[in-house]
Amino acid sequence: MTTQNLRSMKRHQSGTIAAVTASGELGRRIRDMGLVPGTTITIQGRAPLKDPVALRVMGFTLTLRNNEADYIQVEVDN
Amino acid sequence: MDASGSQAALNQGPFAQTTIALAGNPNCGKTTLFNALTGARQHVGNYPGVTVEKKTGSYTLENHRLHLVDLPGTYSLTAYSLEEVVARDFIVKERPALVVNIVDATNLERNLYLTLQFMEMGVPVCMALNMMDVAAAKGIEIDVARLANLLGIAIVPTVARRGEGKESLMQAALDAVRQAGADGRRPLEITYGPDIDPVLKQMSAHIAAHRFLTADHRPEWVALKFLENDEQLRCQGEMADPDVVAELDAMMAPLARHLKQTLDTYPEAVIADYRYGYIRSLMAKGVLRQTADHSRLEISDRLDQVLAHRFVGPLLMLAVIWGLYQFTFAVSETPVALLEGVFGWLGSLVDGHLADGLLKSLLLSGIIDGVGGVLGFVPLILFMFLGIAFLEDSGYLARVAFMLDRVFRIFGLHGSSVMAFIVSGGIAGGCAVPGVMASRTLKSPKERLATLLTVPFMNCGAKLPVFALLVGAFFAAHQALMMFLITLVSWAGALLVARLLRSTVISGPPTPFVMELPPYRWPTFRGLAIHTWERTWQYIRKAGTVILAISVVLWAIMTFPRLPAEVAQDYAHQRAAITDSQASDMAATLAQVDFHEAEAALRHSLAGRMGTALEGLSRWAGFDWRTNIALVGGFAAKEVVISTLGTAYSLGEVDPEASTSLADRLSRAPGWRPLTAICLILFVMFYSPCFVSVVCIAREAGSWRWGAFSILFNTVFAFGVAVLVYQAGTLLGL
Ligand SMILES: Nc1nc2c(ncn2[C@@H]2O[C@H](COP(=O)(O)OP(=O)(O)O)[C@@H](O)[C@H]2O)c(=O)[nH]1
Repeated sequence: MTTQNLRSMKRHQSGTIAAVTASGELGRRIRDMGLVPGTTITIQGRAPLKDPVALRVMGFTLTLRNNEADYIQVEVDN
Repeated sequence: MDASGSQAALNQGPFAQTTIALAGNPNCGKTTLFNALTGARQHVGNYPGVTVEKKTGSYTLENHRLHLVDLPGTYSLTAYSLEEVVARDFIVKERPALVVNIVDATNLERNLYLTLQFMEMGVPVCMALNMMDVAAAKGIEIDVARLANLLGIAIVPTVARRGEGKESLMQAALDAVRQAGADGRRPLEITYGPDIDPVLKQMSAHIAAHRFLTADHRPEWVALKFLENDEQLRCQGEMADPDVVAELDAMMAPLARHLKQTLDTYPEAVIADYRYGYIRSLMAKGVLRQTADHSRLEISDRLDQVLAHRFVGPLLMLAVIWGLYQFTFAVSETPVALLEGVFGWLGSLVDGHLADGLLKSLLLSGIIDGVGGVLGFVPLILFMFLGIAFLEDSGYLARVAFMLDRVFRIFGLHGSSVMAFIVSGGIAGGCAVPGVMASRTLKSPKERLATLLTVPFMNCGAKLPVFALLVGAFFAAHQALMMFLITLVSWAGALLVARLLRSTVISGPPTPFVMELPPYRWPTFRGLAIHTWERTWQYIRKAGTVILAISVVLWAIMTFPRLPAEVAQDYAHQRAAITDSQASDMAATLAQVDFHEAEAALRHSLAGRMGTALEGLSRWAGFDWRTNIALVGGFAAKEVVISTLGTAYSLGEVDPEASTSLADRLSRAPGWRPLTAICLILFVMFYSPCFVSVVCIAREAGSWRWGAFSILFNTVFAFGVAVLVYQAGTLLGL
């Protein structure tokens, strides 16, 4: 188990969110959608220009820009 | 909050009204359920002071008229987005007897996050567990009775798309209203952990003791929102009692410091964690069981592997956008022509039956053209919304935003902006009116405003004849190339101005792109029809009246003041002389006199005087008074530039579709050269949107200030560009 940044995760890679360090509006939006510590996510894919990223969380698909993904640390299963 | 008022209303017999709010996450099926419940008995308006749509309707049950209000779809009840503020304010101020929370059964955990927040507010809640068919297909089993028991609320499974469960839902709602009135509510007790709980309790007690904001809220909720750093409530608190705010701050400060130091986090984050923790504990108590099958989920994913593919995705997207565009403009061609025919017929009727004069001119140019102008857009708007509703309801629009966001973000816009640009004429020949209205699909306020202010720069179908005329007159050898360049220049102008606006008047950080990609779904006919009709009708009703008024004003400034009697007399004498002479080319000569009189009358009118007065200034861009008048006329609709130029050049009213006589005249007119044509093209491309668009901009932006801004800013900008090009070109000897 290693902790890495959501931005650096590869397609189809899964993991559990370890920390969300964003505050303010961005932090709130991220948490509202269920991205809180303990949630498992899977990278579903990236847009044609590599940004934003699409993830699968609790059975739905969510998109985030890379600079927003920077605030999310994930414990990846290898 | 106090529900006894609604109980009293229930007891008042058959005509009593009980207000029930429908709330839920976006895409949970709320609109579908609302339509199934209310059918045609709905009313669409706006929430006071904002552009968020408010739909209300009614449902009759046991002699009770249930008044249903559709709250905007939200994921949460923090006060960040407009939708959230609207939903929250409605519950606080209008005090519905009950919130019917629609929950997507395939997405239980995230949907319950909102449910918890309603329960924290203390408003009575009843749940519609929707999409049960999809959940079953996905192999999701929900123990409804157990969930209802754990949450302490009534839950009714529904399939909104087929109307299943709506009767039991309304019955449960009515029962819940009665119960809420009878024994009060049992607010949900959630723990927010050992750090938050004691502080929350202390703050609640303090708030209750000082009756701080308790007229509208539960003390526990006020405390929670203060811990969540809620701007709106804090503002209200500052106004009510700043001392209590300071005391609450003092209670919170150690907690915030402690959380920052030990866990590097914030109270609001901890609260969210515990809400989700509570939801997970519910799930762990056997509420949710996932049997193996994932088939439907995979269908959406498999579709995305193609539709959102790195190379194939963008190509397909271009094809879809092109298709939407073709569909809108091809299908609306016939009805538009039909409407034009009807108004043309009305016009000829008036023309034939009324004597020449002011009344006739007012009816023809002011009223018939004005109403015709408004209604002429209706088929376009209708089909454009139909196409967009299809893309939106099917889930594809979210993918378009996803794929294009990286590009549009550079200019301070959002991936979803693309639709508005395309419809406005991003592929030449659109229309800014439906384009401005298409910006509604954007949820980010700043990006949305920047989009709707810049889409009028695109080349709408009314500008095209103007460009075609000028290109035909001066660049006949390179028509296709010129038209292509014109399209590129308008895109560049729009995007750069968007960037400019986003770093000046609409500055601010980008709205987060945390967005759901909903599963692909086949839209229902009913949903599409209601969506489309609502928006179209709003346009007709609201824009119609204003546009008619402005149309009459424009007619007036191009008519008054009229030629002095002796000048008109002079033309009459000329005509009499020609008639007397009985020359062979009498008809043509008479027409000549009419055209000269029309030119003189136009020049004498207020618009003409404006044109002449502005000539000193407009010379910098190479425009003479005739061009100026034509541009004033273009405010009515861009193709009017051509007919007005025709009048100003004594050619009579020139038909925009057949303007060769005018092209000939221009190419030989003194003062006209290719550079002048380029400057006029640039000016027409960028200057004030036609007033129909301005009315729509003002409506969509929620303020007439933005309408005025788009007139002034765009005109100044267009003039700046034209002057720059004209002066540079002149220096280079072009
Ligand atoms: N299969 C199924 N589809 C549904 C159900 N309810 C809504 N939908 C579909 O889900 C999509 C989103 O619904 P809509 O009412 O627009 O969601 P809103 O964003 O909450 O207003 C539409 O395509 C609906 O047809 C349901 O119970 N079952």
